[in-house]
Amino acid sequence: MSLAVEELAVRFGGVAALVDVSFEVEPERITSLIGPNGAGKTTAFNVITGFLRPARGRVLYEGKALTGLRPFQVAERGIVRTFQKTNLFHRVSVLDNVMIGLHLRGRMGFLSILLGDRRVREEETALRGVAEEILAFVGLAHRRDEVASALPYGEQRLLELAVGLAARPRLLLLDEPVSGMNPAEKTTVMGLIRRIREQGVTILLVEHDMRLVMGISDQVIVLHHGRVIAQGPPGEIQSHPEVIRAYLGGR
Amino acid sequence: METFLQHVVNGLILGGTYALLGIGLTLIFGIMNVVNFAHGEFYTLGAYGAFLFLSLLDTNFFVALLGAIALGILLGGACERLLLRPLLGESIETTMLVMIAVWIAMQNAELLAWGGVAQSIDHPFPQAPLILGPISVAPLRLFVFGTAVLLILGAHLLIHRTRLGKAMRATFQDRETAALMGVDIHGIHTLTFAFGSGLAAAAGTLLGPIFVVYPSMGDLAALKAFSVVILGGLGNFAGATLGGLLLGIAEELGAGYVSSGYRDAVGFAIIILVLLLRPSGLFARAERVG
Amino acid sequence: MKRIGPGLLAIVLLTVPLWVGNPYYVHVLIMAGIFAILALSLNLLLGYTGLLSLGHTAFFGIGAYTSALLALRLDWPPWVGFLAAVLVAGLAGYGIGKVSLRLRGAYFVLVTISFAGVIYLVSVNWMELTNGPLGLPDVPPFSLGLPGLFELSIRTKPAAYYLVLAVAGAAYFLCHRLVRSRIGRGFIALRENEALAESVGINGTRYLVLAAVVSAAMAGAAGSLYAHYTRFVSPEVFLFTYTVTMVIMVVAGGKGTLVGPVLGAFLFTALPEALRAVTSWQWQMLLYGVFLILTVFFLPKGVIPTIETWLRERRASP
Repeated sequence: MSLAVEELAVRFGGVAALVDVSFEVEPERITSLIGPNGAGKTTAFNVITGFLRPARGRVLYEGKALTGLRPFQVAERGIVRTFQKTNLFHRVSVLDNVMIGLHLRGRMGFLSILLGDRRVREEETALRGVAEEILAFVGLAHRRDEVASALPYGEQRLLELAVGLAARPRLLLLDEPVSGMNPAEKTTVMGLIRRIREQGVTILLVEHDMRLVMGISDQVIVLHHGRVIAQGPPGEIQSHPEVIRAYLGGR
Repeated sequence: METFLQHVVNGLILGGTYALLGIGLTLIFGIMNVVNFAHGEFYTLGAYGAFLFLSLLDTNFFVALLGAIALGILLGGACERLLLRPLLGESIETTMLVMIAVWIAMQNAELLAWGGVAQSIDHPFPQAPLILGPISVAPLRLFVFGTAVLLILGAHLLIHRTRLGKAMRATFQDRETAALMGVDIHGIHTLTFAFGSGLAAAAGTLLGPIFVVYPSMGDLAALKAFSVVILGGLGNFAGATLGGLLLGIAEELGAGYVSSGYRDAVGFAIIILVLLLRPSGLFARAERVG
Repeated sequence: MKRIGPGLLAIVLLTVPLWVGNPYYVHVLIMAGIFAILALSLNLLLGYTGLLSLGHTAFFGIGAYTSALLALRLDWPPWVGFLAAVLVAGLAGYGIGKVSLRLRGAYFVLVTISFAGVIYLVSVNWMELTNGPLGLPDVPPFSLGLPGLFELSIRTKPAAYYLVLAVAGAAYFLCHRLVRSRIGRGFIALRENEALAESVGINGTRYLVLAAVVSAAMAGAAGSLYAHYTRFVSPEVFLFTYTVTMVIMVVAGGKGTLVGPVLGAFLFTALPEALRAVTSWQWQMLLYGVFLILTVFFLPKGVIPTIETWLRERRASP
């Protein structure tokens, strides 16, 4: 078991965002979290990655509790997320965005840096190489020197993926990675997600695009009004009566 | 006990004007999201305005007070129109820098105009204090407190009972939605800044005759205004009113029982303690989330 | 060009006392050097982590008082006092950073101002330690070496110039190394997008506190140099005017660049001195305010980034 979410409950003021959510994510698989707007998908992401404290329940990763950790500590354990709205280091170059993402791969400390240790320069060169590789992987090598905010929308979303990958995730949480993209871009991202999984990365995906979800997921979990109403392989989910009812509206 | 009561009364009287200062600042912050470092200068302007009307134009004391407040309103409006409107949508740091610049410029302009010598403002009230049981109050101070209370009530009515006030509150809640609903944001900003500056000028014109008038008097006033606003919660009208009164009393007690050298430390201490322990202010309701 | 420029600049800076005969000009350059250290230190916070600290002069003052008091009361050699000033200011930066970095925006700004205000009031009122508003006169000049063995006293203006140049140079290269490292990228990441920075593993609190400590320590170094150069320290060093001056230098020069604050320090030390000849102090300050407004309106990014953009555009479209 890679990730296990147990009996999560989250309340905002008087509103329950998550009521009692439990699910598990298999290692090296693509698991999708779907549900109508307001179902609690992003809330679940926020709890898993330490941006939100749950009122009840816990999150386990490889048997160890994540609940109570701060976001950077979650990242240190190999769990990296992307955000629903475009989220980049906007005034920084494309290459530097990825270099920032490589933060955890650097080892040099404050004193070595101040003293101008030779190893600092070696590490920088090595990291730059890795950053170039990642940019080539997502297809942004030709944009490396441009400022992130100058990229067209689709490429900004690819850069977000690159920043996430730079942090070397073992579990990658993607929050609507293709929203707002055109069909060609969506196909590219679908291919990339598959290749990331092939490298041994576990993927948890929140997405509204059903073609993408049904096309690449090994497992689909359906949230509705803060509860899990169904889970299983895509084929099973598509014909699940509760799911159909949730998406058609009403309760 | 009698000295304690006397301190409390003196504190309340000072606190009334602190509340005026705080309300002006808190409205500007809440509605415009501008941290107005020049606020103290409008206070100074009020005091010098009264001095100007009295000594040079030889007007009646009460006319001078009104004239000084009008001066504050006019200059405040002009300041918003010329310096802040072009920066609408810029970061809070940018407008903060501009207001720091206005502060420096205004204070030194006042130094150039009046010199560094402190001036006093004549007033028509008798010097002999009124004895009310165990406490004594100078008639001027009573007038100052009464006027401050009237102005606070007036401001409260403006914000809660008029169309303009409604538009101001709407802008405070959600600027974009207010604009969509047809609120003239530019106009609201100009009026808010003019109004806030007018209140600061009123505070200056009221305290001017009690103390003396000098160009850097606004620095301490600004500090007090900021501590009042933080005590009450940024953008909170009722909080600023209570905060002002509390600060006045705390200062009087601190100066009376601890050490007068650290009188002004009360303001800083309030800012630090409140922000670190309860950043939304002492009287915050949960209306500003995030 | 890229090679020749810095070399030429280095030669010019190193030979200044040889061809600048007027000691007053050397004095202005020394003050510019001290302010360059301050501007660089503030820039680390304001330019790279994006935090506007308006209490920065507190660390300058703490450095100045630490160094002066150790020399006057305990007869410590000034260079030891210098190290102590760096240490004490750094510690103060740690303490204040630790408690105030939970806040952001206007709240952070106001807390930093208040800390500086409280320290100012302490320096005025704690007569036994600081001699109150009268200040501490007769601070000994800087000296290197050990008392009794050998001593190199820095009394002349050219000697002070080289000392300040050396420290300012060190501060510049320190900043240079830091901001171009993974730590500096961490600062920039926190400035640009705190949530994303944390989610790729950057410990926000730790890095911001680190920036605050380095920044405060550098300001403390500038304070020590100031104390031993002017040989007088009073509560004035804690005044808000100093902080505002530093902010103007950083913003006008270009925050988030390394050359910008240095250029800003030079301009805004030389400018008031030049104005002093023709106008009164009040006019100078009034113009200061007007300059700041003009900068925000017409050069919002500061001089250096504006020149950089201009050069890039000229190269792009010949």
